[in-house]
Amino acid sequence: MGFFGLFGGQKKNSASQAKERLQILISHERQNRQGPDFLPAMQQEILSVVKKYVEIRDDQVNIRLDQQGDASVLELNVILPER
Amino acid sequence: MATVVTVTSGKGGVGKTTSSAAIAAGLAKAGHRTVVIDFDVGLRNLDLIMGVERRVVFDFVNVITGEATLNQALIQDKRIDNLSILAASQTKDKDALTEDGVEKVLQELADTGFEYIVCDSPAGIEKGATMALHFADHAIIVTNPEVSSVRDSDRILGILQSKSKRAKEGGKVAEHLLVTRYDPDRVDQGEMLSKEDVCDILAVDLIGVIPESKAVLKASNTGVPVILDAESDAGQAYDDAVARFLGEERPMRFVDLKKRGLLSRMFGGD
Repeated sequence: MGFFGLFGGQKKNSASQAKERLQILISHERQNRQGPDFLPAMQQEILSVVKKYVEIRDDQVNIRLDQQGDASVLELNVILPER
Repeated sequence: MATVVTVTSGKGGVGKTTSSAAIAAGLAKAGHRTVVIDFDVGLRNLDLIMGVERRVVFDFVNVITGEATLNQALIQDKRIDNLSILAASQTKDKDALTEDGVEKVLQELADTGFEYIVCDSPAGIEKGATMALHFADHAIIVTNPEVSSVRDSDRILGILQSKSKRAKEGGKVAEHLLVTRYDPDRVDQGEMLSKEDVCDILAVDLIGVIPESKAVLKASNTGVPVILDAESDAGQAYDDAVARFLGEERPMRFVDLKKRGLLSRMFGGD
């Protein structure tokens, strides 16, 4: 950093932006990677069951597996359209 | 039993082949019988970087399919006694690399008395790359301090930790991070991820930092592994990395800012 950079508000440099973006992205990608193999197939099946009763788009069902302590929590999010 | 060292990265163009050539030459120079194998079937380049392109008669796939013996396909390096090269095929498609076939060749190389088998992985996560990873005892992850390279390296780490033979047998592949094309000036300016940043994000121990260097292009122009250019910064950095791989402790070199004048420091110029 140059002499003038010492004054007038620290602007975030591009390397720290890169680090921040990578940390968020990679932790997300690692989570998906650690999920069991059946997760995408299960998501598809749940989607088709919901679709039998309600009209929804594919992206309105969200399923994820979280590790909390020594238990796994399966979180299912279905966005139902307004009537 | 031979040690299989796979040089990998996910992303292309980060320096896998340059690193494979340098590391293999370094291990051989340190007195270990070493062979370096090009897994990039269809796009071979290790032969060029090693300067043996005119001596390739038979290749890796020929040995797998039984069209040639291992002895016919191995190219003995003319500079280092302990070093041999096994070229990739130019014509055959990637499916020629079968798990059984690759395992058989690796076993034969080990039986022949090679101590280190360096596998130069192709870019991507297709057959050639997964085959190169599958039998790894050690993986050297080549990463540029740049977002897409770091992300791809993390994907490769995921594959190593789930799909490699060692992982499937409940073990672990030893992972080492090699940061290449490093520019301490730009890191200081906040324009490039630092080696610590890359290490933090990937959570892998650093085995070496290779500075951005003119010596690398010069080495590939002439077909000499850059580690043999002992005067060059990149050559010395690879030499350090190989020594660390073999268990020696060496301080990181070429990672600190070049000394600049007081004025240039005050005004932040280059």
